[in-house]
Amino acid sequence: MQLIRSAKIMLVIGACSMLFSGQGSWAQNVPIISGALGFLDSTNTGVNFFQPVAAPVVVAPLGKHFLAESRFDLRGFYSPKNGTSGPYQGTFVGSTQYLQLDYLASRRATFTVGRFLTPFGTYNERLTAIWIQKFQDAPLIFPIGTRTTGSSDGVMARGALLAKPAVHINYIGYFSASSSAAQFQAGRAAGYRFDFYFPSKRLEIGTSYGRFLQGTHNNSSGLHVWWQPSRFPLEVRSEYAHGPHAQGYWIENAYRLSQWRGPDSIIGRLEPVFRLQQTFRNTPGPGDGLPPANTTQLDFGLDYHLPHEVRLNGSYSRKLSSVGNANIWDVSLTYRFLFPMWRGHQ
Amino acid sequence: MKNRRCSWNYFVPLLVLSLGSWLAWAQAASSAPQGGAKAAASNSTTSPGERAFQANCGRCHNPPEQLSPRITGTILRHMRVRALLSPQDERDILKFLAP
Repeated sequence: MQLIRSAKIMLVIGACSMLFSGQGSWAQNVPIISGALGFLDSTNTGVNFFQPVAAPVVVAPLGKHFLAESRFDLRGFYSPKNGTSGPYQGTFVGSTQYLQLDYLASRRATFTVGRFLTPFGTYNERLTAIWIQKFQDAPLIFPIGTRTTGSSDGVMARGALLAKPAVHINYIGYFSASSSAAQFQAGRAAGYRFDFYFPSKRLEIGTSYGRFLQGTHNNSSGLHVWWQPSRFPLEVRSEYAHGPHAQGYWIENAYRLSQWRGPDSIIGRLEPVFRLQQTFRNTPGPGDGLPPANTTQLDFGLDYHLPHEVRLNGSYSRKLSSVGNANIWDVSLTYRFLFPMWRGHQ
Repeated sequence: MKNRRCSWNYFVPLLVLSLGSWLAWAQAASSAPQGGAKAAASNSTTSPGERAFQANCGRCHNPPEQLSPRITGTILRHMRVRALLSPQDERDILKFLAP
């Protein structure tokens, strides 16, 4: 019901956007519906399950300074009734990942109110969309700094302290209230992120800090380094995070073979991906979402970028841990869509 | 032990902020007269908008295959919030997406 209410809110905002856009000649500001449809299949230590997913994104400008944005995640979760055998049975899960109103105050500051993705590290904000992520599974350290749901309910300020051709210095600060309402669950927390981005080098170095302010207060900190050289299609992304009970890192490398006869050739559509991740348990932290013991995981993936925004991903992961090793096989097919909500002015 | 963990949580952001500030200062100081020309020479086959797209939006996703001109402004505003685009990058990318 809460999900339907969220969708209704976005429809009302979309209607408001139409009224606003009628007041001016904003031929390029028609609200959009974007997102992806996907089919995800995974086999983890012999247990197979699959998930049909719809992840719509709605973006609606309101006047010259406001923007309403939302992303929903609707998915079924189907697995064998008896664990590894028997007929498949499933459940449906819907969530509101963000539903926010942005006020673009100036070139240096944007203020956000509502539900937004917790800006700790880079993965949550940038790579959780199913049409973007290279691997089906989030990194092992993802729960650090993103408690309780990866989304926050509150206020956020973000912008660029410095935006020169040689360097950008970006900031984000946020505060989240505690909420237990369905679809809007969030923890009481505050934090910030700073990024130093060097466009000519395509190098980004940043740091995150979060303080969880309900129950037992604790701190999380992290750093991230991204490097995507412009001369060849290599992407290197990495994050380190330190939480109250554990720490860890991941480093992901992707190389699209687009230098072989271009990105639209048969070979050029291939993108091998490798990710190494490790977590180190300092103290027991039941319920923190991290592996219970020191863990090393190697992920090998192969993405194929088909025409018409369709992508096929396959990966194999080997998890090594003192509580048990595991093999994880993932296959996913995603279709990304993007179109205007209505015709608009020409 | 608690104090050690606590200080570590402050140490990491401080270290990165210090390192980042130093790199930013060094980069700005060294590349002011040369960086633009060097970058332009190395990327002479692409437009400023395409370069700005690759340097910002393209770090996470590929450009959409088809894009209606009616929605380029909406997308730019969305990316301004998400990717913290600079004003110049925003103008360049708009020209690239809707020439």
